Amino acid sequence: MDLHFTDEENAFRAEVRAFIDANLPARTRQKLMEGRKPSRDDLVEWTRTLHAKGWSTPRWPVEYGGTGWSPIKQYIFLEEVLAAPAPEFLSFGVSMVGPVIYTFGNEAQKQRFLPRIANLDDWWCQGFSEPGAGSDLASLTTRAVRAGEHYTVNGQKTWTTLGQYANWIFCLVRTNPEAKKQEGISFLLIDMKTPGITVRPIITVDGAHEVNEVFFDDVKVPVENLVGEENKGWDYAKFLLSNERIGIARIGVSKARLRRLRELASLPGLDGTCAIDRPRFRDRLIETEIALKALEITQLRVLSDEAKGLNKGKPNPASSVLKIRGSELQQATTELLMDVVGAYALPFADPHEARNEPPVGPQWADAVAPLYFNMRKVSIYGGSNEIQKNIIAKAILGL
Amino acid sequence: MDFDLNDEQRLLKDSIDRLMADRYGFEQRQGYIRAEGGYDRALWLEYAGLGLLALPFREEDGGIGGGPEEVMLVMEAFGRALAVEPYLAGVVMVSSLINALADEAQRAALVPAIVAGETRFAIAHAERAAGNRSAHVATTARATGESWILDGAKTLVLHGGSADAFLLTARLSGKAGEDAGLGVFIVPADVPGLSRRDYPTQDGMRAAELTLDGVALDADALLGDNRDAFSALARMQDEAIAALCAEAVGAMEKALELTVDYLKVRKQFGRPIGDFQVLQHRAAEMLIELEQARSMAIYATMMTREPDSVARSRAISAAKVQIGKAARFVGQQAVQLHGGIGVTMEAAVGHYFKRLTMIEKAFGDTDHHMTRLAEAGGLAA
Repeated sequence: MDLHFTDEENAFRAEVRAFIDANLPARTRQKLMEGRKPSRDDLVEWTRTLHAKGWSTPRWPVEYGGTGWSPIKQYIFLEEVLAAPAPEFLSFGVSMVGPVIYTFGNEAQKQRFLPRIANLDDWWCQGFSEPGAGSDLASLTTRAVRAGEHYTVNGQKTWTTLGQYANWIFCLVRTNPEAKKQEGISFLLIDMKTPGITVRPIITVDGAHEVNEVFFDDVKVPVENLVGEENKGWDYAKFLLSNERIGIARIGVSKARLRRLRELASLPGLDGTCAIDRPRFRDRLIETEIALKALEITQLRVLSDEAKGLNKGKPNPASSVLKIRGSELQQATTELLMDVVGAYALPFADPHEARNEPPVGPQWADAVAPLYFNMRKVSIYGGSNEIQKNIIAKAILGL
Repeated sequence: MDFDLNDEQRLLKDSIDRLMADRYGFEQRQGYIRAEGGYDRALWLEYAGLGLLALPFREEDGGIGGGPEEVMLVMEAFGRALAVEPYLAGVVMVSSLINALADEAQRAALVPAIVAGETRFAIAHAERAAGNRSAHVATTARATGESWILDGAKTLVLHGGSADAFLLTARLSGKAGEDAGLGVFIVPADVPGLSRRDYPTQDGMRAAELTLDGVALDADALLGDNRDAFSALARMQDEAIAALCAEAVGAMEKALELTVDYLKVRKQFGRPIGDFQVLQHRAAEMLIELEQARSMAIYATMMTREPDSVARSRAISAAKVQIGKAARFVGQQAVQLHGGIGVTMEAAVGHYFKRLTMIEKAFGDTDHHMTRLAEAGGLAA
């Protein structure tokens, strides 16, 4: 047993950090530092910088443009990206549809889509959830009927994150309404410019336009856009959802936020006092630091199993533990930020309007409440924490 | 980064797991508790035969030279079994002080008898007025001619009633509360002037109060002739906490196992109560706490090797806080999910609950370690 990184891993970390420092635009870093979101262009620019270095799809198999890094190096890389902070990959392409395509797709699909994902030439979004299919995803009703060389798709998807920027959407559609609900689903790739698709924004409680509804009205999709076999889409979806073990806890995000929290809490507020000097705040901060350390070691234990090829290809139930605790900590850190900013969380600066006046409170304050509001999503999406507990009870405890 | 056991560690784990499975049924344990001294001497000698008593002592002294990882494996197995033998106090803590402080002659005189199970030491350090302040030692040792004279009192001496001898802290100079001026003495239990009051503890073990009234010791009774033993005591305490964390993980693991088994067999409303989602979720939360605690026990174990004592203490305090909270949650919920049977002496789960409760209080409770960590500037993310 050894908790230390090897010299080679430490050298790798230094290399990643140096690359980020030399290439990440200062305005992007500043924006993220203040808890704001990168714009579409920020993300495209940064992804292309990474792609030029060969680092935009590190977890993919080497033959498709991956780096061949060990799980520990993948972890270090992600940690450095988040610590900088630099924008994260657009997960819908890199972590979701990309692995589905190189695992289950045909040669033509691989050739056509993978390079464009790696360079963010295509912006992918996810068409899974529906108004009537949330936690019970398999009850989805968006229908695809095959006639000749096309499927005709009708239905509605929702919670489509960043769908307003997307030119492609991967969808779960029902191709066999007679079969058991998991067995009649297919995985389709759909060009967002196809006639009959309408995208409507959903504004979330933070005031941001992050998610959308997507309507399909007699949308014609060529059969070559079917991934794998018809009616096997549920298997691919399960693969996709359990594939994200390294990033699911978003420990790097919480670590970076905690470091930032300590800095902000040690600065005098407008009243001249520091949050860190308040014992109740200090204790909650430290409890969060401890919980995050515990989660980080748990994550490393899972990675170390993965590096040894244990549980390969199987969904690891430990990822449910990581998802639950990781989301709780993302929320806890934003709660603590709210405690630091106090009443100056109040003024609302609409992110969609240009700002001419200086902020009412401290420079960073107006981003805090929106971040706190926004982070309520993390215990809901990707399988709510209650669903994760069902999975633990069933898959780990055998209840 | 490596969380694997090596072959020898795996072998150790297997052999101790086998021994515990064989020797630590619920009724057997009750028998050990009733035995004279509160534990089974024959089992203690079996531990000696397996090399467990020699484990953390240096090879050149007759030990095995095992590290904190090996101690962790033993303590985790003891936690699962709810073992009542004085391993933590009599081996883990004693070896820490002897390895750190004792001179060659003392090691030659002490270690072989300890590892053979012939002589058992207890640690006499805490005092009634000390609370969580480790340096608050008011017991004094005065040098007079060729001997030391010790006066004072020690409290909550784990397994002190049946110990053959003590490693006992006393102040050579300065005032209670000062780090400097502490020494550790080898004190035979039958020395004139030493009296002890032996009592049972909530968790099925035993402890003792000691009074020293003009206890005369030979000049070579001072461990390593060291007059500034505070840092060695601090290290001992940190190592004890790491070991305790591992024990807690073993106990929580077993408590969860018992609980899940019970959820599967106990029927109400015509079905196993484990069918009810509210109970499934509670059990899932227990598992999450257990896994977080396990991670922190591993962290604490590895950080006992950390040469920087501030970084080491931070890690240990963080682990103790996490373990303390997890122990409380898992212990309470294990009882709750057992229902009425959980609050009876006849069900094993209550005994796990009691041990977990006492672990939270040992060597500084959660509040103490939160404060210690806060004063050290927190745990850098």
